Amino acid sequence: MMRHVVAAVADIPPGHRKLVALDGRAVVVFNLGGEFFALNSRCPHKGGSLCEGKQTGLVQSSEPGEYSYSRRGEIIRCPWHSWEFDIRTGQSWCDPQRLRTRRYAVSVEKGARLVEGPYKAETFPVRVENDYIVIEA
Amino acid sequence: MNIEVRQAARTQKTRYGIVDCDIHPKLLIEDYRKYLSNQWWSYLQTYGLRPRHGFTKAYPMPKITPQAARRDAWPPSGGMPGSDLDFMRTQLLDLYDMDYGILNPLQPTAQGDQNPDLSAAMAFAANEQQLEKWTSREKRLKASVVVPYENPEASVVEIKRRAGSKDFAQVFMLSRTSEAHGRRRYWPIYQAAVEAGLPVGIHVFGYAGWPLTNSGWPSFYIEEMTEHATGQQAVVASMIFEGLFEQYRDLKVVLIESGFGWLPALGWRLDKHWERMRDEVPHVKRPPSEYIREHFWVSTQPMEEAEDPEHVLDAMRWIGFDRILFASDYPHWDFDDPVLALPPSLAEEQRRMIYAGNAKKLYGLS
Repeated sequence: MMRHVVAAVADIPPGHRKLVALDGRAVVVFNLGGEFFALNSRCPHKGGSLCEGKQTGLVQSSEPGEYSYSRRGEIIRCPWHSWEFDIRTGQSWCDPQRLRTRRYAVSVEKGARLVEGPYKAETFPVRVENDYIVIEA
Repeated sequence: MNIEVRQAARTQKTRYGIVDCDIHPKLLIEDYRKYLSNQWWSYLQTYGLRPRHGFTKAYPMPKITPQAARRDAWPPSGGMPGSDLDFMRTQLLDLYDMDYGILNPLQPTAQGDQNPDLSAAMAFAANEQQLEKWTSREKRLKASVVVPYENPEASVVEIKRRAGSKDFAQVFMLSRTSEAHGRRRYWPIYQAAVEAGLPVGIHVFGYAGWPLTNSGWPSFYIEEMTEHATGQQAVVASMIFEGLFEQYRDLKVVLIESGFGWLPALGWRLDKHWERMRDEVPHVKRPPSEYIREHFWVSTQPMEEAEDPEHVLDAMRWIGFDRILFASDYPHWDFDDPVLALPPSLAEEQRRMIYAGNAKKLYGLS
């Protein structure tokens, strides 16, 4: 298990996301209202790049003619076939028990702690006074 | 827009050559100007296109995404998905190292337009644009002869004009026509195609003036997408029972973007009825499934995704591995990635045939 420093907190404002590379894997980091989540960006269905999809919510219906829209911005929809994944868990909306995109543990660390190591931040200048997003993978 | 970075271009090469039999170049209405007479350009400005449905400025059914496109297919240079050749190279032709791609232009080609002469003028212009903007700049791309199929006489003129050109791979029709495809009013089109040595590609969509289903207009886009399979079944049945293949024994028909899982069941049903009711259609000399296997090709996309992949292979076996053509449908949202689309248990030789071999043979590509 390696901890990767992937971005400064200021790089990804709430509602935004960023694609990062972890040892060649494409991982997309989301900021949902100040909470950070990281998912494998490759859709497990047919390989679309989730980071280029639309962030949306859940449309549900209790009966025909009744609709509710919830969890605005917490669902990522694949740009190709529109399969949807819960950004918080990586679970697919269509088949949550069987289909998911890998979720990575994310934490926010002080720059002052990071410079002590052991962290991997190959091409990323870390400043003591800033906060950083760290992914475990 | 909160996409920060584009995913780095991966090398997505398969170990096989690929011919993509369904690529949609976006033709832009302003690019028609130079190929239309002043009269038609003025007509377009004043009256516009009039497709055969109630919504002249919109689709009758909503689409799942704008332009029904992959969200990542909007060119960085601006413009519509499918309008930028360089971006198409990056996202498709080069990424997958394709040998060839067949261009199938959709609206605004005015196919099926209520004004038959406008439809003819637009078809000519659409074909010229394919040459100017696409095939002359990219030798891997082959154009389709857009024909104003509700105006068969003009369609014949357009096919004859393109006959013999290496830039055109097929005659292009849509699946929803004002009469069933096998009816005699369309026969001149098929005759001209046979004479030109071109297959006829029938791509799903178009608007016929008829509702999409036997019981009228459905409520949802999901139903329209499902209708393509039943729509193509009507195409196949009509062509067979009208006796088209007895008249034109060299006619080749490609069913595009309708999948293929339904075709074996249709063949069984047609054969069963033909055994009992052949006296109604004495001009149909052989079991319908024989015409299907001799005259029809299918494209893969949207690839069937059965729970048990063996079921897909069973359907492929019935149709014949030599009759199945790979298609991606780029840049549309239901794009099939060639690396992942085909069932994993296909044999090496079958894979080669579906990716490229069958299409090269059918379209005369080397």
